[in-house]
Amino acid sequence: MAMKSKQSRSIPKSIATHALLFAWAVTTVLPLLWVFINSFKSSNEMLRNSMALPTSLDFKNYATLMSYPDVSLPRSFLNSFIISGSVVLGALLLSGMASFALSRIESKASKYVESLLVACLLAPSFATIIPNFVTVSRLSFMKDTYLTAIVPQISGNLCFTIILLTGFMRSIPYEIDEAAVMDGASAPLLFWQIAVPLSKPMFATVSIMVFIASYNDLLTSMVYLSRQALKPVCVILSMVSNMFGTDYGAMMAAIFITMLPLMLLYTLAQEQVLKGLTAGATKG
Amino acid sequence: MAVKSSRYWLIFISPAMFLIAVFLLWPLAKTVVYSFSEWKNFSITYTFAGLANYKRMAADSVIRIALKNSGILIIFALIFQVGFSLLLAILVDSVNHLFKFYRTVYFFPIVISGTAIGLMFALAYKYEYGLLNFFLTLFGQEKRVWITPKTSIFLALIPVVWQYVGFYFVIFLTGLSKIPADVYEAAMLDGVTPIQKAIKITIPMLRDTLVSCTVLVVSGCFRVFDTVFIITKGGPLDSSQFLSTYMYKMAFENFNGGYASAIAMLMIFIGVFITVCLRKALKAQ
Repeated sequence: MAMKSKQSRSIPKSIATHALLFAWAVTTVLPLLWVFINSFKSSNEMLRNSMALPTSLDFKNYATLMSYPDVSLPRSFLNSFIISGSVVLGALLLSGMASFALSRIESKASKYVESLLVACLLAPSFATIIPNFVTVSRLSFMKDTYLTAIVPQISGNLCFTIILLTGFMRSIPYEIDEAAVMDGASAPLLFWQIAVPLSKPMFATVSIMVFIASYNDLLTSMVYLSRQALKPVCVILSMVSNMFGTDYGAMMAAIFITMLPLMLLYTLAQEQVLKGLTAGATKG
Repeated sequence: MAVKSSRYWLIFISPAMFLIAVFLLWPLAKTVVYSFSEWKNFSITYTFAGLANYKRMAADSVIRIALKNSGILIIFALIFQVGFSLLLAILVDSVNHLFKFYRTVYFFPIVISGTAIGLMFALAYKYEYGLLNFFLTLFGQEKRVWITPKTSIFLALIPVVWQYVGFYFVIFLTGLSKIPADVYEAAMLDGVTPIQKAIKITIPMLRDTLVSCTVLVVSGCFRVFDTVFIITKGGPLDSSQFLSTYMYKMAFENFNGGYASAIAMLMIFIGVFITVCLRKALKAQ
């Protein structure tokens, strides 16, 4: 961006521009700040002035969350990381393999598979949720395990991740494979020694995309997981208003603490997150 | 390609295709079957019911409300997520300072779940502790109840629209960075104003991005769920129902799988129609 010559502007114009840009920035930061400061307040203090800074740094609301008997927040966090972590690993492995087949093994069927995957992108998760609910609740080895959320979520992500990874793997020069085959390498070796290591940037993008989508996915985890103890944070968050009644301080704390992992991820790997979430958005 | 082994092709592609077949293709076929069936309470058996579910849908006033709500959402989404985002992107692209700051802050809401955002806004609309009533009392006004059948749809769509402005902003910003600088330099020699520059150069150069974003925005309006579900659950009195929330209600609260599947079919049909037709129409211009 620095390369582009900027138009020299008059100072009032520039101030007006920044004022507008800054105003929008306030709308994105203010609600979050409001949640954060109120998570340290008691309901009474919030009622007096919900915009004021808390009078003391009181972690009582967070303690309430930790000690809640039916659904403990630490447990639901653990659930979230087990579910979303497995979804990421599963999606990476399966889509990595499929993309390798589509991009680097010659087959006439590849182009039909790819058209099918593109068509599948049009199916919203609502179109599959009822039959999938029936499937996961009738398969005895899946019933009441994390698998009921993990397997459908992996499947739901596959079409998109395969399309992204296939595109990327096509950009790796085929001469590398040819040289390796001359030396006697087989397909699994090409996959593991060439395609996977050279596609690392795209694997990273895909991981972030899948992790965030899975961590935030309310619908599938709400429907497929029936046991309270297995539910991830976003489902817990949706029930929090019933659980805490009018304890708004605890609700504020719950919102803030569930956002925290993704906020950290965004702060630490901003470019990767930007890429992961906008990947493929403008394709075609 | 160096490898021409159909055996390895199958080995590598089968696991993924197996899951896609079981959890995507088979369920899609099942949804079609269910939509023509009388099927309640997730029972083992269901009976063929012809077009009964579709006839019911045609007469259902809540479906009309849901479609109208989607229409309202589309209008606001187009104004803010396409129009306003583009304006923000053009302005940020033109300023010399704080470029990264704006990008970081604007994109930020996308990372947060619709659930958390929904709860955040639900709290802001609350009577006693709400952010909105706080501002009302600050200016000496009476507190009020915000979510009513008349206002619910607008209050539910504010966070939906607000959250994704930053997403399209980043896509437009990327598009802008690909416009070669010499195009602008030539225009500046001719002495064009910034507004002329935006209309005559920037927008035509961003055509493809604009088409993709418009299709994404419109089809996205039929997929909203989390935020609306958390804030209003489609209520009060179904006033803020969308096809997604109504389908959820039919399937998992009223346990009418047949009717819910018919609603899902409507959602698929609208999604395909919009993606295919809108894209063609916009491209053809």
